[in-house]
Amino acid sequence: MVADVLTPSGHPPGATGAASAAAHPYAPRPFVVHARTQETPDTVTLRLIPRATGDQLVFRGGQFNMFYVFGVGEAAISISGDPSEPDELVHTVRAVGKVTNAMAALAPGAVVGIRGPYGRGWPLDSARGRDLIIIAGGLGLPPLRPTLYEIFRHRDAFGRVEIIYGARTPKDLVFYDEVQNWRGRTDLRIQTTVDAAGRDWYGDVGVVTTRIPDARFDPQNATAFVCGPEIMMRLTAQALAQRGVPPEAIWLSMERNMKCALGFCGHCQYGPSFVCRDGPVFSYRTLAPLLSVKEV
Amino acid sequence: MTGTETEAIAERVLAHPFFVGIDPTLVHAMTSKAEERTYDVGEMLVREGKSAEEFFLVIEGKIALEVGAADRPGITVETIGRGEILGWSWLVSPHRWRFDARALKPTTVVAINASVARYALAAHPAFGYQFLMKLLPVIAERLENTRVQLLDIHGR
Repeated sequence: MVADVLTPSGHPPGATGAASAAAHPYAPRPFVVHARTQETPDTVTLRLIPRATGDQLVFRGGQFNMFYVFGVGEAAISISGDPSEPDELVHTVRAVGKVTNAMAALAPGAVVGIRGPYGRGWPLDSARGRDLIIIAGGLGLPPLRPTLYEIFRHRDAFGRVEIIYGARTPKDLVFYDEVQNWRGRTDLRIQTTVDAAGRDWYGDVGVVTTRIPDARFDPQNATAFVCGPEIMMRLTAQALAQRGVPPEAIWLSMERNMKCALGFCGHCQYGPSFVCRDGPVFSYRTLAPLLSVKEV
Repeated sequence: MTGTETEAIAERVLAHPFFVGIDPTLVHAMTSKAEERTYDVGEMLVREGKSAEEFFLVIEGKIALEVGAADRPGITVETIGRGEILGWSWLVSPHRWRFDARALKPTTVVAINASVARYALAAHPAFGYQFLMKLLPVIAERLENTRVQLLDIHGR
């Protein structure tokens, strides 16, 4: 059975299907755009509230929704808000195609359709008592933000917390002010780096892997959550493994074109697994053989 | 420079991560004219096109490697910090810097004289090999990182 092969032990159980009791699994529930924040020139954060009372979404960090712009289309978008505040659903979207351009253009008051939450999120319970390394590349930070809120809320449950965040340029860093606030915390370390910058940038320049040697953690007792472009995740996982983090303690969030999000249609098939149902978060132990295969 | 100062700098060099494992004999041969320097924020360490007469071990601080052009301000393509080494143009003919280097933070370095270093490497081939085996992984890593930057993975 596919799920038996690809679901690593230690992964949190359940939450592989829609949490909602919607009558039909493909039926979206109406949500209203409550607020819109322009994060970068091509990325916006949308705050949504359910149009029907009692339609709040309970989710875990790393899960995603199918976000439907009526008359345009549907796309899988990670949830970027706080799991402890289910009254408000938060999505951060980068405008790269027809559907996401339509999402990014939504104004407060617009009604959209939501199906979800779907997928297996970050296995935070398995990281209790261990050091945590959170590594995000570009728009990889939004899918990690819900879990960061959970970590902050239960900070004593974890060892050292290291965050490494990389982007193309300084103007491509999302949640900029919030990340600056996190810097003020004394119970974690943040390294921010960009691929190229002008003279007004005093932070690091270089790919995220160059920051790993400076991160402070006990490799044998550390769990890593990595989200970003696939090449970045592959190189980051290799660097973490090289530093001694066990492959089963390195978790990556995969992205594939999704349609049904229910494990039926096969659009998101990745090797023997469906990313929507068996992921999007997988352990590096599971993914390593596939990551080096081209065009999977 | 007094013998005591030379010895103190040799000790700093020996303690630098790049030189860990390199025979102290070579270190002493390379550091006879080495000196410790500090740079304020914005000060230039090297300028593109100038003769590469030294290389630097970063003791503290952060340095931006910049590529400039007449029609645009400098673009930082890499930053280098504590424990890292800056510069191999001194080893590669025609021994001219290929980039600008500017301090992003108050920075302390040990500057090692290139002529002395080249002479030491040539005079002690076994040590020279040892040194290059330390430098080559640094060059290879920066080349790999540059390739990833060129992929522009965040831009897709």
